[in-house]
Amino acid sequence: MISQIVGVLFDGLAYGMLLFLLSVGLSVTLGLMNFTNLAHGSFAMLGGYVTVTLMRGAGWPFLLTLPVAFVAAAVASVAFERTLFRRLYRATELNQVLFTIGLVFVMAAAAAYVFGTVTQPMKVPDYLQGSVRVWGINFAVYRLFLIGIALVITVLLVGALEMTRFGAQVRAAVDNQRMAKGLGIDVDTVFAITFALGSGLAGLGGALAIEIVGLDPSFGFQYLVYVLIVVAVGGLGSIGGSFAAAILLGVSDVAGKYYVPQVGAFLIYAIMVGLLFFRPAGLFGKR
Amino acid sequence: MDPHAWLARQTRWSGAEIGFWLAALLPFLLFPTYLTLASQIAITALFAVSLDLILGYAGIISLGHAVYFGIGAYTAGLLAKHGWGEPLTGLLAGAAAATLIGFLTGLIVVRVRQLALLMITLGLGFLAAEAANSMGRITGGADGLQGISVWKLFGVFEFDLYGYTSYAYSLAALFLVFLLSRRLVHSPFGLSLRGIRENQRRMPAIGAPSHRRLLKVYTIAACFAGIAGALLAQTTQTVSLETLGFQRSADVAVMLILGGTGRLYGGIIGAIIFMLARDQLADMNPQYWYFWIGMLLMAVVLFLPTGVLGGLARLVPQRWRTA
Repeated sequence: MISQIVGVLFDGLAYGMLLFLLSVGLSVTLGLMNFTNLAHGSFAMLGGYVTVTLMRGAGWPFLLTLPVAFVAAAVASVAFERTLFRRLYRATELNQVLFTIGLVFVMAAAAAYVFGTVTQPMKVPDYLQGSVRVWGINFAVYRLFLIGIALVITVLLVGALEMTRFGAQVRAAVDNQRMAKGLGIDVDTVFAITFALGSGLAGLGGALAIEIVGLDPSFGFQYLVYVLIVVAVGGLGSIGGSFAAAILLGVSDVAGKYYVPQVGAFLIYAIMVGLLFFRPAGLFGKR
Repeated sequence: MDPHAWLARQTRWSGAEIGFWLAALLPFLLFPTYLTLASQIAITALFAVSLDLILGYAGIISLGHAVYFGIGAYTAGLLAKHGWGEPLTGLLAGAAAATLIGFLTGLIVVRVRQLALLMITLGLGFLAAEAANSMGRITGGADGLQGISVWKLFGVFEFDLYGYTSYAYSLAALFLVFLLSRRLVHSPFGLSLRGIRENQRRMPAIGAPSHRRLLKVYTIAACFAGIAGALLAQTTQTVSLETLGFQRSADVAVMLILGGTGRLYGGIIGAIIFMLARDQLADMNPQYWYFWIGMLLMAVVLFLPTGVLGGLARLVPQRWRTA
């Protein structure tokens, strides 16, 4: 009984950590620039496909492909941001939404064209397979790895945000963009760097997600929905909020599907709608 | 110009409008083999007009409007499946169900803005789709509703494969709803909606209670969407899960942006273009279709954000414009 609950919590935590990696970038950029980028999930998908290609095509070891997935997604996002997105910063929200949805369609179609619509098979290295047994409960090694990476990244992010000058600039720009500009902070560059970092993290998340949830061209849209829920529930511009919301969502989803499968997916949407109605700015959001 | 006179001038039927509606009768004569497609276009256009009321005029960005479409469709379909196949009452039943759900969900929707609004409408859409999927015994689940048989319209006109009845029925419904919508937007109520869209906080200061107005228009839009859904169920005699789905909500938003929001004809024009394109390119691999739709969407937002009608309106010399 206890072992069952712990098992479910553990899986939920791992899934939550994955969602956190996928969502934190969107939360910060949305809070920073108020630019609704629904193509965020597609950058995650890009990271996943980069990993698959490198592993299968070039025989790279899994761990080495992770930084490449990060960089590839970051570079792609900067390219899109400089050429296309910046024209829409002043556009209405509807236009931003529709534009980025169009991008999601295009990237999904491109992925289907190049890779086909099948789920990509991938084999993680042996040292990440299997499970360890602690107090009589089995903990999957890969999930431990995932939680470990996510926690390290969280610490790095929070450290960067709280203790570096750049982090201070990001926080200032999130709180009040005009004032920040007035104080001489180059908000454009801050945004570009943050956007790249956020998308890179999404790419990393996408690469890590393959083993847990599989990768196919619909990944960009499917996980977009979850990412949006995390961002909306956690509050824009808040790393802590994304963290809390991601864990909440991950655990609810896994627990829901395990204990009440008929209601499964229903549960998260209901929680989200309810939460947003009472706190439209999210759990930790400022506006 | 005095506001009432301005509104009165807006409601005058221009030659182009009369021409357009007369042209809508042409398919009977010129394209008799395409009448089923024409009725589909009319239904989609009706749905697009209903979304324009909330999106274009009131500024509520909803990615879950298909919920009301689907509810109208399932209600009319279930009624016909379980023995009562009379089309007009089925239509009213579908509209009533959608109106009720529209009102209830509207209570939540009108109180939020921006991202929360987007998420709530998206969430409601997924909730509805999941619910319909789980209630498989009633809705037929992923297989869809089968065994719908609709009686003859007025006891005389049968819904057959030729499509004459379908198109006439759909076109009549579209025209009626269009007239109602037109009356709605060219009224002080409609003007207040546009005010709310532009600056929600200020409107109550000049006497237009925002939430109540938004709730009214949201419920009306849900009613119209329900009518469109019921029409679909009755003319195609089948209902599936995708009537509630995100795809449908997204497609209709695409049509609106294509044609131009905030101009009732925008939804109709967008629906015509979209459906015709989809019909012509139907044999294309679905992946490629979404690639091109994505590109089109991006191009329209970047270069023609006011849509086809907005672009055309810019070509009309200033002195001839009414808006």
